[in-house]
Amino acid sequence: MAAKTSEKKKCNYVKEVTKGIIKENPVLCLVLGTCPTLAVTTAASNAIGMGIAATLVLICSNAVISALRKVIPDKVRIPAYITIIATFVTIVQMLVKAFVPSIDESLGIFLPLIVVNCIILGRAEMYASKNSVIPSILDGLGMGIGFTATLLLMGSIREILGNGTWFGNTIIPEFGILIFILPPGGFFVFGMLIALASKVSGKNPPKATGCSNCPLKGKCSAAEKLSDGGDCASDALPASDTEGGESL
Amino acid sequence: MIKGLISVFLIAILTENYVLSKFLGICPFLGVSKKVNTALGMSAAVTFVMVLATAVTYPIYMYLLVPSSLEYLETIVFILVIAGLVQLVEIVLKKYIPALYNSLGIYLPLITTNCAVLGVTMLVIEKSSESFGYAHALVNALGAGVGFLVAMVMFAGVRQRLESCDIPKTLKGLPITLVAASLVSLSFLGFTGLVENMLA
Repeated sequence: MAAKTSEKKKCNYVKEVTKGIIKENPVLCLVLGTCPTLAVTTAASNAIGMGIAATLVLICSNAVISALRKVIPDKVRIPAYITIIATFVTIVQMLVKAFVPSIDESLGIFLPLIVVNCIILGRAEMYASKNSVIPSILDGLGMGIGFTATLLLMGSIREILGNGTWFGNTIIPEFGILIFILPPGGFFVFGMLIALASKVSGKNPPKATGCSNCPLKGKCSAAEKLSDGGDCASDALPASDTEGGESL
Repeated sequence: MIKGLISVFLIAILTENYVLSKFLGICPFLGVSKKVNTALGMSAAVTFVMVLATAVTYPIYMYLLVPSSLEYLETIVFILVIAGLVQLVEIVLKKYIPALYNSLGIYLPLITTNCAVLGVTMLVIEKSSESFGYAHALVNALGAGVGFLVAMVMFAGVRQRLESCDIPKTLKGLPITLVAASLVSLSFLGFTGLVENMLA
């Protein structure tokens, strides 16, 4: 009996990790953390650096937030989460500066900006504040791997097409469509990847990010106001047509 | 001096647009740009908070963190100051200028976690070594806000057109929005070098 429950538990743990990688991929399905996704994927090595840094912050902050979930009063939870996240971001920032200064240089401002990455606050609010420590750590790990994998994929596409190199090694000599490394290429590749993901999964692509994916939607008065004004919820397209994407 | 300020302002709007070339504030850019009205309201609120946040965080960094060699606390101090500031602005507006609160107030909670606001305050600190004083910092924040407004309103216009188009099923929704954003961003690449040459 005991063996059976532990088996079941293990299976759940595996599920916590894998759901972040494919089914609830934070970037392609939940459409969170778009800013770093677009900004740092000009080269595969930057993408990996950003992914690992964000994963570390995500795991640590999920662990601490879920450990403190009964201590933090509900009213001040968002500022408390932000403080915890900012602490870990500062730690990671110092570690990166000390051990991999080249990554620190190429990520620049986006390293400290992990603090406002919606994935981290979103997982804190949606998962860590409701679950115990170990599942929260695993959830953080899974989401982090999903984020890193997507960044790596995008970084590889952009670096190979834009520069003919991969991790700095020449793949296609004397080749490079510069536009893929420039900002427009980021938007374009990201759009195509989301379209591809929805084609493969057979679901409708997510609607343009609106309040439905925002981690603060419960707290924010704008959510209702905007959807009343027809901005988030309904628009010219019939609702049934656009609603099919990922619902949380 | 004046020339320098104008060039900082124009660069922040055109050549180094925070949304289209620095990728800061993409979430509201994609999320709140379906209608021109909401796009205007959101970007006005963002501009307001950007200038206010820079006005507060720059002295805090220069006169509080640097003398006590606590520069590494930048991230945590800035985000908390911005969060507190936004809350304060919300309370003050609600009490004293309800009309403004009704049109801008609803966007304020969204702005706390807007990476453009934190990004602007931090980039100014990074630049502060290159003869980039307090006035430059404020003008830069204003330019960043106006640049955000220009990008949002232009994009809202593009998106309203998209709605009457026949789009393949897999591209509907976010993918086609991103492709449109790509084209808008491409048009902004045309401004490269413009400001430097204009004021040279």
